[in-house]
Amino acid sequence: MENRQKENRIITDGLSYRYPEAERDAVSDVALRVRAGEFVCILGHNGSGKSTLAKLFNALYVPTEGTVWVCGMDTKDDELVFDIRQNAGMVFQNPDNQIVATVVEEDVAFGLENNGVPPQEIRVRIDEALAAVGMSERAKKAPHMLSGGQKQRVAIAGVLAMRPSVIILDESTAMLDPSGRAEVMNTVRRLNREEGISIVLITHFMTEAAQADMIYVMDGGKIAMTGTPREVFSQIGRVRALGLDVPPMTALAETLGKAGLPVRPDVLTVEEMVEEVCRLQSKG
Amino acid sequence: MLNDITLGQYYPGNSPVHRMDPRCKLLLTVAYIVGVFLIGNLPGYLLALAFLWLVVRVSGIRFSYLLRGLKPLRFILVFTFILNVAFTQGQTVLFAVGFFRLTREALENAIYFSLRLVFLVMGTSVLTLTTSPVQLTDALEHLMHPLARFGFPAHELAMMMTIALRFIPTLLEEADKIQKAQMARGADFESGNLMARARAMIPLLVPLFVSSFRRANDLAMAMEARCYRGGEHRTRLRELRYTRLDFYALLCMIAFFVLIIAEGMLLG
Amino acid sequence: MPIAVEGVSYVYMAGSPYETKALDNVNLTIEDGEFVALIGHTGSGKSTLVQHLNGLLSPTSGRVLVDGQDLAQKGTDKRAVRFRVGLVFQYPENQLFEETVEKDIAFGPKNLGLAQEEISRRVKDAMRRVALSYDELSQRSVFELSGGQMRRVAIAGVLAMEPKVLVLDEPCAGLDPHGREEILGLIRRLHAESGTTIVMVSHSMDDVANLAERVIVMDHGTVAMDGTPREVFSRGDRLREMGLDVPQAVELAEALRARGIPVPQGAYLPGEVARAILAFAGKGEEPC
Repeated sequence: MENRQKENRIITDGLSYRYPEAERDAVSDVALRVRAGEFVCILGHNGSGKSTLAKLFNALYVPTEGTVWVCGMDTKDDELVFDIRQNAGMVFQNPDNQIVATVVEEDVAFGLENNGVPPQEIRVRIDEALAAVGMSERAKKAPHMLSGGQKQRVAIAGVLAMRPSVIILDESTAMLDPSGRAEVMNTVRRLNREEGISIVLITHFMTEAAQADMIYVMDGGKIAMTGTPREVFSQIGRVRALGLDVPPMTALAETLGKAGLPVRPDVLTVEEMVEEVCRLQSKG
Repeated sequence: MLNDITLGQYYPGNSPVHRMDPRCKLLLTVAYIVGVFLIGNLPGYLLALAFLWLVVRVSGIRFSYLLRGLKPLRFILVFTFILNVAFTQGQTVLFAVGFFRLTREALENAIYFSLRLVFLVMGTSVLTLTTSPVQLTDALEHLMHPLARFGFPAHELAMMMTIALRFIPTLLEEADKIQKAQMARGADFESGNLMARARAMIPLLVPLFVSSFRRANDLAMAMEARCYRGGEHRTRLRELRYTRLDFYALLCMIAFFVLIIAEGMLLG
Repeated sequence: MPIAVEGVSYVYMAGSPYETKALDNVNLTIEDGEFVALIGHTGSGKSTLVQHLNGLLSPTSGRVLVDGQDLAQKGTDKRAVRFRVGLVFQYPENQLFEETVEKDIAFGPKNLGLAQEEISRRVKDAMRRVALSYDELSQRSVFELSGGQMRRVAIAGVLAMEPKVLVLDEPCAGLDPHGREEILGLIRRLHAESGTTIVMVSHSMDDVANLAERVIVMDHGTVAMDGTPREVFSRGDRLREMGLDVPQAVELAEALRARGIPVPQGAYLPGEVARAILAFAGKGEEPC
């Protein structure tokens, strides 16, 4: 168990959750894991249970059945709640509704203040966190003067200052414009690569999902598909049947394939498509 | 019109007044207002004015800016004045028409009351103009902290103030957006009698309430996710510290009190 | 019913330290039956422009003519204009307020002062257009619906005014792929079947490429480009300078061309690029 915990940030086993007075489970018998340093993406149409799952990772909800371990801590254990929340930080969808303070740096300090971190230490950590998301210059600004992408970066900094093992982004890019989305995705990818923080990204954007190490597709509270982006998206028919889409280049690969051109079905990006076309050419 | 209200606005700066500890500023403002209410003659008010002028001078705020803040209050001032003139009993009649008698006492009373109001507003304006809402909230939380022992929700109140301050601009923006969206559907917010106008507000207020509740819900969730558990064991990024500045300010206030008391005894 | 925007500038918070020029001498005409996509970086002036089209904002200078009528002129009934130019705001579900779906959709027609029969005809028609079942949903509370349904109710609320021009500010923001597809589908049908003029603000270049007949690009409060998607997307570098993306098909076409694979200039739809690739592969020219 000790070893499993070291390499896994989140493990769920037979995880189910039913909202009070609901008729069926919002999350049903889910088993998944998020390894140290792994970038996991959870896809699924609205109402498929993604957001409920995210809230189970952070002990905001406690499983009706089954278990969630965050860094080896069972989220059902009341005494560990704050340790779990410190380890599994969450960034939510609406940038306006998760910033508490009237000054950027104070918002970043919020979680640390809650955990009773000494003021000198808070200072050091918020400076680090703001630098890591590229918002140092705006430390004294009022949140409502920032763009959506900047607000989400502040929210990420607030989580980062807690020194988490895993950051869960619950549709955090959904309300942003393309440049805001790019800001957030670049920040998240860098934290993942350079700081080794595990990422759980919940999104509707397939191009974002394509950047993950592992994708879980949810449907009706259950995990319907699992695999690397290539494995998942190359099954275009199934993905679409689950109310989702595939990256444009994967769709194009399908078109070419149907027309008789032997293109790999798991092309994800423009670069790969170019390579693929050139490869075919040099072969033919 | 809204731009004229200086009370409650913050005028950023780095003057000694700005740099004072907000607790000290808050307490001294209260002291100043008490002082102003103790004054009972015109020279005393001149002293109060001089003191205020000095503080404003040091703070780097234009005095005219402060005076502009009185403009929205002119109706209340006139009203206070008339009320005092009309309802104060007095002996020395200065002027009489029919039922109405203007007495010296009434006139004095009216003038003093109006002046107190003016100084009250200007004094608090100096406080809010030189103290950011965040600092003010901090000050209140710290000053109220001893009361927490008797079950007074000092931390909760301060948290509520912070959240209110944080969301006021967001909600104003949202109200504007919803109003426009309803106008795009032909809603008319401007014509009709009072009842019709009140009813026309429903399409604005309902969505605003709905969204405020959703925001409150989201925010509660986000705060919980960030380990919020009330005021106990909580530390603060910014610690308040009294400095020499605050000591000097206190001395100034004591001097002010000595002067007005001395003046009061001398001139009665 | 053409809309002409003539030399329009708009300044926010004039005279304050926060003064910003959101529109700067904008000139354009939107003709009957067009499908126009309005694109641009956040803060480029798109949303401000859109609010000028039905008189919610009045230009600081210049004028907006709807059907030849100057909106700012005294005597122009702005409300009457708003019934002809329907505006669907971003996240329009936030404006829903009535007890039932039917009542909410009826709000616009009621403000028009229509007879009860006509109102209920329009409600039914609008619900049909947004693919919501009248029998099933009309008496439900708007707040019980799913996000995608709420959005469609809000759009139906504008459609029920039967505007000649429909302006939509990012109608798909925040929806999942399925919801996006539904909304885009209904906009497309509205344009094709009723000939409604569409002005759609969008951040998704792929959606713009798929739907629009004309693309207007805003940058710093001015019209930076105005043309067919083919013309606009063939200037990928200029778009990227303005902080905008290009459709992935365009990106691919550019990259293939750089490798010596002949993709026709101006190709911007996935199908076009696919055909070019197939033609190239079929012909079997020299490897790249």
